[in-house]
Amino acid sequence: MKSLIKILVIAVVLVAVSCKKDTAPNYQFMPNMYESVGYKTYGEAAFQNGIEAQIPAQGSIPRGYVPFDIENSTAGYELAKATLLSPLDSTKVELNRGKELYDIYCGICHGNKGKGQGKLVQREKILGIPSYDDVGRAINEGSIYHTIYYGKNAMGSYANQLNEEERWQVVSYVLKLKVDLEK
Amino acid sequence: MKKSYQRLEDNSTNNMKQVKYRNSVSKLRLFGSVFLLAFSLSLFAQDGDPTKGKSLFNTNCAACHNLDKKMTGPALRGVEARLANDEGLDRNWLNSWIRNSSALIKSGDAYANKIYAEYNGAAMTAFPQFSDQDLSDILAYTAQEKAQPAAVAAASGIPSAQNGSDSGLTNNIILGALAVMFMLLAIGLILVKQTLRRFAVANNVEIAEATKGKSLWKAFIQNQFLMLIVAIFFLLSSAYFVYGYLMQVGVDQGYQPVQPIHFSHKIHSGDNKIDCKYCHSSARVSKHSGIPSVNICMNCHKSIYEYNGEVTDEYSKEFYDAEIQKIYAAAGWDDVDQQYTGETQPIKWVRIHNLPDFAYFNHSQHVSVAGIECQTCHGPVEEMEIMYQYSSLTMGWCINCHRETNVKVKDNEYYTKIHDQLSKKYGVDQLTAAQMGGLECGKCHY
Repeated sequence: MKSLIKILVIAVVLVAVSCKKDTAPNYQFMPNMYESVGYKTYGEAAFQNGIEAQIPAQGSIPRGYVPFDIENSTAGYELAKATLLSPLDSTKVELNRGKELYDIYCGICHGNKGKGQGKLVQREKILGIPSYDDVGRAINEGSIYHTIYYGKNAMGSYANQLNEEERWQVVSYVLKLKVDLEK
Repeated sequence: MKKSYQRLEDNSTNNMKQVKYRNSVSKLRLFGSVFLLAFSLSLFAQDGDPTKGKSLFNTNCAACHNLDKKMTGPALRGVEARLANDEGLDRNWLNSWIRNSSALIKSGDAYANKIYAEYNGAAMTAFPQFSDQDLSDILAYTAQEKAQPAAVAAASGIPSAQNGSDSGLTNNIILGALAVMFMLLAIGLILVKQTLRRFAVANNVEIAEATKGKSLWKAFIQNQFLMLIVAIFFLLSSAYFVYGYLMQVGVDQGYQPVQPIHFSHKIHSGDNKIDCKYCHSSARVSKHSGIPSVNICMNCHKSIYEYNGEVTDEYSKEFYDAEIQKIYAAAGWDDVDQQYTGETQPIKWVRIHNLPDFAYFNHSQHVSVAGIECQTCHGPVEEMEIMYQYSSLTMGWCINCHRETNVKVKDNEYYTKIHDQLSKKYGVDQLTAAQMGGLECGKCHY
């Protein structure tokens, strides 16, 4: 009779262990050591909309950030094309870093050679990506930077994935690809 | 002309009924385009090749134009006929618009200015490189009639549905037959037993009853030695299970929550080979590998509004298309008018990988400095239809990797000096992360 109880107890333990659901998180020993008191990234918070990640107050500028004065419009694009120059001189351009960033963020559509034959284009997910040596567009450093910053037509903005210096590194690499294509 | 036209149409509808796979649709389109080429000859003086036009269209125009759907620019199916009928504009107007739309707008052309204003001043890129032949090819492509996907879908849908129900049906039949057989067998055995008993009673044969001796349980309880052995065995085995249970508390390996949007890593990083850091860009530069905000989804899904990849029974095209609609709802994107409404709705993703508050981990140190592949810790994410936690994320797991992994010194001047000194001290060529201080408590717990 006693062993029958033991068998039952073990069965219950086994059932308890095997019943762990994958869709729910596991138990924790001391939750107050696991869960921080402060707000967690992407957590919930006692703000009006319940989100920890609040939008900064209007007009606030992060430390070390230089606002981009040219506006997001066709006129702004033309202005950037005519006047905007890269702050990186030849000693600061790192083409290998530019390539690394380009392959991650741009190459998926524009292709690793800049011919507009990226993976998504080959698989016919996104169509109509121009080659960098397209004569009608005639891109230059200002227009490339403006396009990365604001996006253009179906292309979105990459300002939040690349910081200012990284954007200019990518611009340098795109110009190199353009030169290679025009050869 | 008319007769041959009808014959061709009959042919094409017959073909459509037989279509089973999507690939053959393109063949059908090719067929249709050849037919339409012949048809368009009578309408327009200039000759255009729609197949060439399609490839030109896809490389140059498709970024902003779709044949049937408003995108950055207007839908273009039958654009030439539409302009000729509604606006009285001819091929020359279209040619000069395509080659240099801004010059046409500046010249004060009424319709050019109207369409420029209608699309909020989005200027169309100039295409001076197109020859007259290129333009008539493209316009021939846009003049094609729309292929009827409904008929194709219906034709391809029926056989697959039949296949599905067929296999289900045969399985059910087999299971049912087996159940009936077992029932018959059981009934047969009971009947045999009853007849045998009747025979025994009729022939006065005595049926031996099982003799009742000491019960097995009682004998067991009275045997002290056996009891002791069994007790020790049960104690040890229950200790084993209790230990195992306590050790997995707080470990979320295999945790696979249901997310508000069914995001398939398999489709995005497996099939389409999008780099992990495209979306999780902050893994390069910060402690966190951030969850991408919806604008990053919209980088591609502004153009990709439907799913055209492979489907399974569980995840159909309709299912995936509905998930894309959820992104549009979250981003406040009106797909018909192609503009943002401003009514956004945050997506409440469920966080999977959670380190306890007392442990510090930094993504950029591992991704950018050490150059570790994301898959080392997160597993084969590119094969996961639904994301789950691959590694245990226990301290033992961290330590183990630090003991086995060499420090990446290549292209990192920051480590050159300390690597030289420490490798001399330990007498090794390659330092592991542990020898570089990767086991010190304060590195992760402070």
